[in-house]
Amino acid sequence: MKRQLWLAANSLVVFLLLLVVWQVAVKALHVPAYMLPGPRAVARAVVERFGSLEQSFLLTAEEAVVGLLASIVVGVGVSLVFAQFSLLRRVLYPYTILLQTVPIVAIAPLILMWAGPGLISVAMVAFLICLPPMIANTTQGLVSVEENLVHLFLMHKATPMQVLLQLRLPHALPNLFVGIRISAGIAVIGAITGELFAGSSRVGEGGLGYSILYASGQLETDYLFALVVAAAVLGFVFFFAGMFAEWYFLHDWFDGNLTEVP
Amino acid sequence: MAEVTQVERPVKLAANFPEIAIEGVTKRFRQGATALENVSFGVEKGEFVSLLGPSGCGKSTLLKLVAGLTSVTEGTVTVNGMTPKNARELVSFIFQDATLLPWRTVERNVGLGLELERVARPTREETVAQMLKVVGLEKVAKRYPRQLSGGMKMRVSIARALVSRPRILLLDEPFAALDEMSRDRMNEELLRLYLEQQWTVMFVTHSVAEAVFLSTRIVILAPHPGRVAHVEEVRLPWPRTEETRMTEEFEHEVGRISRLLRGVKPGEAREVA
Repeated sequence: MKRQLWLAANSLVVFLLLLVVWQVAVKALHVPAYMLPGPRAVARAVVERFGSLEQSFLLTAEEAVVGLLASIVVGVGVSLVFAQFSLLRRVLYPYTILLQTVPIVAIAPLILMWAGPGLISVAMVAFLICLPPMIANTTQGLVSVEENLVHLFLMHKATPMQVLLQLRLPHALPNLFVGIRISAGIAVIGAITGELFAGSSRVGEGGLGYSILYASGQLETDYLFALVVAAAVLGFVFFFAGMFAEWYFLHDWFDGNLTEVP
Repeated sequence: MAEVTQVERPVKLAANFPEIAIEGVTKRFRQGATALENVSFGVEKGEFVSLLGPSGCGKSTLLKLVAGLTSVTEGTVTVNGMTPKNARELVSFIFQDATLLPWRTVERNVGLGLELERVARPTREETVAQMLKVVGLEKVAKRYPRQLSGGMKMRVSIARALVSRPRILLLDEPFAALDEMSRDRMNEELLRLYLEQQWTVMFVTHSVAEAVFLSTRIVILAPHPGRVAHVEEVRLPWPRTEETRMTEEFEHEVGRISRLLRGVKPGEAREVA
């Protein structure tokens, strides 16, 4: 614990040092503010425009949450079907990998064209990039149950449903949470990517992605930086929420590391 | 010779009724390897039979056949006159590792079978509590498996097998992962329960000493393919306690079985990869 605190303190010192170097460099080299604002200018932008920043932050958060939750529900559902029907799994699993290899930037415009701009289509972009790791990790957990455990259930005349829900599903929980942790991190990226294409009909009401686009168009570089900081914070929040959920549900009985399926 | 074959039995036998009958059993795997070839023997009610043999002799396969977890290629296996699958109610299987569900506490692991069979909660909890007392685990009922030692986990596994009140117990090298001290203690406990519950037991092991200490009879199998090489009565008086292991008779019997085991020759059939 002490060592961790010490390391955290060191990281903080490095961060503060970077800010100082940044500020001094911007001042000394007379970099114009629209090219690179100093940290003080960025901080001022955060404070002065906190209202719209907060609005964008919350909107993006909402889109990412909807996408993430949908990917958890659909991902677990698909994985349960995959676990129960191995033929189906062998036929369809490659497509989930394929889904992962298609660049999201390439399909985002399509989704927007089909679903129209708004929360739903942005959440759908987030959903699409969250889905493959959910399916890959959960399926791995469901099918990697030890044969003897299945035998044990069969000795007690367990039905296939009992094997699935009382053996395979709890066995897959650690993997499922690995999937959630990975997906939580990229859900925010998905939402922001979606917003880059979705835009918004009214100024100041877009999410982080839209506002980034808008701010860069207006050369409001200090606000652009503020938005980037907000996006980073949002990503952190999601990642740690995922970690916390994992710890909360598993720490009683699970200790060990799992191989991740990215 | 006549007086030595007259072996004392710890459990009264029911008129030579073969509780487990294995007749002309051959088991070939899909890949072509023959695990068992023309294996026949019976296990009478109340007997404790150990299966002994080098790896590849099909001991575990034989146990799985009796449990109905895999099917024969040729021959028949009957358990109490029924097919193994239909007889599952009478049978409990104890695996080499404890095979506990890590997300369930000790008591919920022990109650697993009853839960799957939809036994009502009050009955279930009462039976589980009773069984935890029998194996001396009542203090750790609320713990998770990861908090237990190897020996304790095995005890939980045994308690879990016993709650469904089996008549037949199948054990597949249950104590192989334990240190010798714990193993001896578990053996003594198993014997105590056996005498009390009067099960019919099939026990797979690599250890001659363990087989001699526990069994009424020992079936020695030869590998490649698995065949019955010897069926031996264990000439060791009952009851058996930890003192038994120090006796000359015990040592002599272990020596005799070991010699038989060493004489076993593998067959021509090598495993096909």
